[in-house]
Amino acid sequence: MSHLLPLKVQGAETTHRGKRLVGPIDLSIQGAGATVIVGPNGSGKTTLLRLLHGAARLTRGQIAWNCPMDEAQLHQAFVFQRPVMLRRTVLENLIYPLKVRGTSKREACKSAVAWAAKIGLSDMIDRSALVLSGGEQQKLALARALITAPKVLFLDEPCAALDGRATREVEVILQAAKQNGTRLILSTHDMGQARRLADEMLFMLGGKIHEFGPADTFFEAAQTASARAFLKGDIVE
Amino acid sequence: MADIWLGLSQAFWLVITFDAELMEITLRSLMVSLSALVIASAIALPLAALLAVRRFRWRRWVIAILNALMGLPPVVVGLIVYVVLSRSGPLGVLGLLFTPTAMVIAQVIIIVPLIASVAHQALRDLWSEYHDLLISMHVTQSQKVATLLWDARRALLTASLAGFGRAIGEVGAIMIVGGNIDNVTRVLTTAIALETGKGEFALALGLGFVLIGLAIAVNLSIHALSRTEVEARW
Amino acid sequence: MKRFILTLATLAVTATASAADTMKMAVTTSFHNSGLSEILLPAIEQDLGLEVQLLVVGTGQALQLGRSGDVDAILVHSRSAEEAFVAEGAGTHRREIMYNDFVVIGPSDDPADVAGAETVVDALQSIAASEARFVSRGDDSGTHKKELSLWAAANQTPEGAWYNAVGAGMGAALNTASGLNAYILSDRASWLNFGNKGDLALLFAGDPVLFNQYAFLPVNPEVHGHVANGLARKLEGWLVSDRAADLINGYRLGGEQLFVFNATPDASPQG
Repeated sequence: MSHLLPLKVQGAETTHRGKRLVGPIDLSIQGAGATVIVGPNGSGKTTLLRLLHGAARLTRGQIAWNCPMDEAQLHQAFVFQRPVMLRRTVLENLIYPLKVRGTSKREACKSAVAWAAKIGLSDMIDRSALVLSGGEQQKLALARALITAPKVLFLDEPCAALDGRATREVEVILQAAKQNGTRLILSTHDMGQARRLADEMLFMLGGKIHEFGPADTFFEAAQTASARAFLKGDIVE
Repeated sequence: MADIWLGLSQAFWLVITFDAELMEITLRSLMVSLSALVIASAIALPLAALLAVRRFRWRRWVIAILNALMGLPPVVVGLIVYVVLSRSGPLGVLGLLFTPTAMVIAQVIIIVPLIASVAHQALRDLWSEYHDLLISMHVTQSQKVATLLWDARRALLTASLAGFGRAIGEVGAIMIVGGNIDNVTRVLTTAIALETGKGEFALALGLGFVLIGLAIAVNLSIHALSRTEVEARW
Repeated sequence: MKRFILTLATLAVTATASAADTMKMAVTTSFHNSGLSEILLPAIEQDLGLEVQLLVVGTGQALQLGRSGDVDAILVHSRSAEEAFVAEGAGTHRREIMYNDFVVIGPSDDPADVAGAETVVDALQSIAASEARFVSRGDDSGTHKKELSLWAAANQTPEGAWYNAVGAGMGAALNTASGLNAYILSDRASWLNFGNKGDLALLFAGDPVLFNQYAFLPVNPEVHGHVANGLARKLEGWLVSDRAADLINGYRLGGEQLFVFNATPDASPQG
C-alpha cells in the first residue's frame, strides 16, 4: 500500500446553488487494486471522484490522505470522461506532465516514446493529438496520466465513448497499471467492465453511498435492496 | 480617377528607384510601429493570460474597461502623452517630446487594449478547454500562463498583428507627439498628411499605396515565418 | 534579412547619436509651404554645423511651444502676438528677418469683382456685400490674425454660411477653398507652391497693408534653462547676415521673388 493511503473521508458534503450534490459521505480507501464506483446517472459518481482528487470543493467535512496534501497531489492523476488534448503533438502531450515537474527534456522524451509504443501510437507520435480518433485520444490521455507513475489514478467513465476494441485496449493498460501497484479508483456504466476490473465496489445513489465492499460480495450477495435492484437492471432512484 | 492612377504610378516609381527619402520614412514607420508592437505585446499578452486564469473580485470590471479602451481615440491619447512629455509637463525632464520614442510610447498606449482584448478572448476559450486538465496536474500559475500563451500562439499572433495594423496606419497621435519633423520624426502617415495639405495628391496617394503594400508585406511575412497554415487546426 | 537588420541597426544608432549640434525651431505653415526652408536649412548646416529641426505648426501653437519650452526658438509673423510673447518674458526679444506679402485668391470668374478693387479693404467689403464664399484659416495663426484685422478695418464682422473658418494650416485651407471654389487670403509663397489650384486664381495683391513681417524670437533661457540659447543666438546671427540676405532675396518661385530681406545687421536687437 502506498504512503498516500488510507484516504479518509469524513462527513463530506458538497452543495451547488443550494442543492446538495453529494454527501454526507464517510469512507476509507486503502489497500491495493481497483475500486469501481457504479450507480445511475446523477448519483454523484463524477462529483465524488472530483472531491477525492481535490478538483471540487467541499462545503462540509474533510478528506484526508495519509500524507501532507502537496505530497499527495504529486502522486495522483485523473482521466476525464472526454479526453482533454493539448493542442500539440502526441509526443508533446506525453512529455507535458513530466516537463511541468522539471524532468529533463531527454528523460521525458525517452519515457514518452516508450509509452507511445505501449499504447500503439508510435507512428502517430509527431502528429497533432487533435487528429486522433476518440479511442486513440483516450488512450493517449491514459498514457499521459500514467507517465508520471502516480500512486493513485482516478478515472471518470473512461470508456464511455469508446468502441469494444478501444475499451479492451484501455482495460489491458489498466490491468497492467494495477499490477504495477497503481491504486485505481474509477466509475463506470459498464457492469461487465466493473466485473472485469474491480477488487472493491462502491454503489452510489442520490449522492450517498449505499454499498461499499469487496467485489465478489457485491456481485453475488449485495446487501442493500437498491443495489440488488440496480444489478438486476431496474431503474433505481 | 486620374489622381488614383497618378498615385499608383508615383508609388511604383518611388519604389523602383529606391527613392532615398521614401526609404528613410518607410524604415522609420516600420521601426516605430514594430517597436510599439513588440512592447505592447509584451505587456498585453501576459496581462490577457492572467485575466483568463486568475479569479479576482474586479475581474469583470477590468475586462469591461479593457474592451472599452479599444475605442480610445488615438488623437486624444496623443494629446495626453504630449502634455505629459512637454517640457512644462511632469515628465518633461526626459526630453522625449518630438522624438521617435514619444511616438512609440503613444502607439503602445493605443494598441495595448486592442491586443489584450482580442488575446483575452482567445485565451479564455482555450482555458475553458484546458482548465480541468491543468488544475488536475497542479501546475503553477506561471506554468498555466506559459502553456496558454504557447498553445494559443497563432490566435495571439492575429491579435498582435491587429495591433500592428492599427499602429502603422495611425497618424493623429504621432503627429502631435512627434511633430512630423523632417529627418527625425516623419513617417509614412504623417508624410501623407503633409503632402495632402500641400495639395500634392498624387504623391500623397503614392505614399498611401506604399503604406498599404508595407502593411500587407509585414502580415504575409509574419504568417509565412510562423507557418500558420500547417496541419489541420490550431 | 541580415542586411535589413543592419540597416535598422544603423538607423537606430544614428537616430540616437548626433554628429552636429541640433536645435528645435517652431515655424509657421506659411513659412514652410514657401519652400524657403529647403534652401536655408542645408546652408545653415553647412555654414554653422547646426541641424535645425523644424516643427511646422500654426502661429498660435508655435507661441505655445515657445512658452512651454518645447522648442528653442520660433519664427512667426504676428507682431502683436510676438510683442506680447516678449513682454511676458517667454522670449528674450524679437528680431525682424524678412517680409513677404499676402494675396487674395478666389474663383477665376470673380463674382465679387475683387480684381477691380482699389484696396484690400474694398475687396473684402465687396466679398461681404455679395456674400461670396470665403474660407478663413480660423486657427489663431499670423495669417488668421491678419485676416481678422483687415475685416475690422473694413468695418465688418464676417459671419454666416458664406464664411467658412476651417481651423487648419495654409495648405489645408487652400484645399478647402479649391474644393468650395471660394475666396481666401493666403501668403503668396503658399499659393505659388500649392499643387491643387483647381479653378482658383490670384485676384488681388500689392496693397501695402498686406505686407507680412517675419520675426525670429529665441525662447528665454531664464524661464527654461535647458533651451539651446547659444545655438539660437548663433542662428539669429546667421539669419541677419549677408549670406542669408542673398539666399532669401534670391529665392524664386514660379519666377517671382517671394521674400524681401529686411533685417538690420548685428547692432542691437529690436524690442
